[in-house]
Amino acid sequence: MTAERAPALPPFAPEPAGDVVLEVEDLKTVFRTEAGIVHAVDGVSFAVGAGEVLAIVGESGCGKTVTALSIMGLIQAPAGRITSGSIRYRGKDLLKIHPDERRAIRGDRIAMIFQDPLTALNPVHRVGAQIAEQIEAHRDVPGSEAWNRAVDLLKLVGIPNAAERARNYPHHFSGGMRQRVMIAMAISLDPELLIADEPTTALDVTVQAQILRVLLDVQQRFGMAIVLITHDLGVVAGVADRVMVMYAGKQVERADVHTLYGNPKHPYTWGLLGSTTRVDQPRLDQLAQIPGAPPSLLAPPPACRFAPRCAWAQAICREEYPELREVAEPDHIAACHFVDLDDWGPGRPAADLVRRTEEVT
Amino acid sequence: MSVATQREQVDPRATRELVRATDLVKHFPITLGVVVRRQVAAVHAVDGVSFSIRKGETLGLVGESGSGKSTTARLVLRLLEPTSGRVELEGQDITAASGAKLRQARQEMQMIFQDPYASLDPRMTVRDIVGEPLVVWGRWRKGGAAQVAELLERVGLNPDHANRFPHEFSGGQRQRIGIARALALRPKLIVCDEPVSALDVSVRAQILNLLANLQRDFDLTYLFISHDLSVVRQVADRVAVMYLGKVMEVGTREELYRQPLHPYTQALVSAVPIPDPTLERQRKRIVLGGEIPSPTDPPSGCRFRTRCFKAQQICAEQEPELADRGHGHPAACHFAEPLELIP
Repeated sequence: MTAERAPALPPFAPEPAGDVVLEVEDLKTVFRTEAGIVHAVDGVSFAVGAGEVLAIVGESGCGKTVTALSIMGLIQAPAGRITSGSIRYRGKDLLKIHPDERRAIRGDRIAMIFQDPLTALNPVHRVGAQIAEQIEAHRDVPGSEAWNRAVDLLKLVGIPNAAERARNYPHHFSGGMRQRVMIAMAISLDPELLIADEPTTALDVTVQAQILRVLLDVQQRFGMAIVLITHDLGVVAGVADRVMVMYAGKQVERADVHTLYGNPKHPYTWGLLGSTTRVDQPRLDQLAQIPGAPPSLLAPPPACRFAPRCAWAQAICREEYPELREVAEPDHIAACHFVDLDDWGPGRPAADLVRRTEEVT
Repeated sequence: MSVATQREQVDPRATRELVRATDLVKHFPITLGVVVRRQVAAVHAVDGVSFSIRKGETLGLVGESGSGKSTTARLVLRLLEPTSGRVELEGQDITAASGAKLRQARQEMQMIFQDPYASLDPRMTVRDIVGEPLVVWGRWRKGGAAQVAELLERVGLNPDHANRFPHEFSGGQRQRIGIARALALRPKLIVCDEPVSALDVSVRAQILNLLANLQRDFDLTYLFISHDLSVVRQVADRVAVMYLGKVMEVGTREELYRQPLHPYTQALVSAVPIPDPTLERQRKRIVLGGEIPSPTDPPSGCRFRTRCFKAQQICAEQEPELADRGHGHPAACHFAEPLELIP
């Protein structure tokens, strides 16, 4: 089926397996600042299926968190605004429904976990009460039942003596335990989609392993979809089904996790993989590096946003924006003019590329 | 490649030590009372740490937050006074040094900080920041401006930007400014305290490469602190693993990653994410229960025993010494045994 697809790309390809929970199409979110308009997310489309983990990867400022906040409806007006696109949950456009209806979905059907659990929890309320409050707000249950459910949830995410600990305040918990509380709160209403924004970045590596395990456990138990936002390609390799790479507000590549790591097509993805320190490969004296820094989103490069840092950039890269295109293999898209070229990769001299480009064009 | 290999081939006894720390202890008192202050407890931040760093070498110091890495570094620099123990720089005891002797030692030791935003004064220009050590040590008059320009160029910044302010630079560029400042006095030792933890992956690689090149060109010795084992493997020749104020294991990079002996090191190595989906999903993993205990009241015997999967009665009663138990490098565990964790 994929082979016959027309060159004009269906917005959500590659499709998630299973039924689609969330579809984001051509999302554009901007922020007005004193210096001008920041195009934080600039035309991003993707879909998430039930029971899958979609990872959004990229460096700071690439728009991954703004994408998540846009889905949650947490973009602060008047500075921030979604200027176009649609966000459909089960076919219903979240940008068009009444705020009350949206509020009923947020936290209930779509929940979110933040990077820093200490600022996300209320310091003056017991953690059990904070979880129970959310349950009472969305469900017609008596307080005692909500509290019992909160205790059960704390037990589920691996907090010892949950009944007792539910009566503690956030500052009584360590970073890892707080993140467990956040997970308990997020899954308290059995959401269909969980957005986890850098859930383990602030944690030590041994605790990170625990938290990722808890996340995957609850996912398997409840079959929810997870959108995992992270900059850590190691974490992604361990938990994601599909990966979407973002750069400067744009989506540059998307594929299933094995394809993306095994056969990355966008030079930025290579660069990220090449500059990641890893313990499983022979150590090199110099890491591959991407020169420069990500561009300012006030005035992003006009055509390919990665062109100024790309070792393989040609004239066309500075003139024409490369649309997301399907790569030879199924379920793999990349936004690069040269995706169709085979076996040219990091380390290949630019002159070689020029020659190959001439052959193609 | 060649630089690192040569360095490893040199007989360790023949190379000279730059830094030696012996039995360093730092307890921070916890006091109660306003008029009559009394000490009720102490945070055992560093509790008997010994190591040495040879000239031109990088010693990596790894461990979770609260393990005492940064306190150890500050003791080495004498930014903190140790409760007991000593630090020697090129054979000279600097623990008790004061006056001219201490000032001399301070010129030889510099530091690069984690947060490139907090570690630069926002109201100073880059020229003033990088030149400040020269001014402080009375070396500015001898061509300070030219030296600053050269330093900026050396760390990959445009010398023409010397009169700009830190906010005009990106995170990676700011870290370069911090590195230029640390280099200004041509120190022998640079303590790098999580220098790339706040940086994005692509910029991180730039800074790690820069640090490696500078080490070669300026014959620098690094004490490199990080919680990220994959970063430490990239930069360090030898690695010391800390847990709750103690060194648990010391070894060369190869020994520590290929054949970790201590259960804590093994857990750390097995928890480093590997950016390869197939490997990452198949590998042997040791997931530790719980979190690092409070350093106010560390566990008896072995400090790691409360989270250890090998713990026995003896671990609670007798503290294991940091010693080589016939495996080629020292580990502080009664049941030290090599375990291969990286495929």
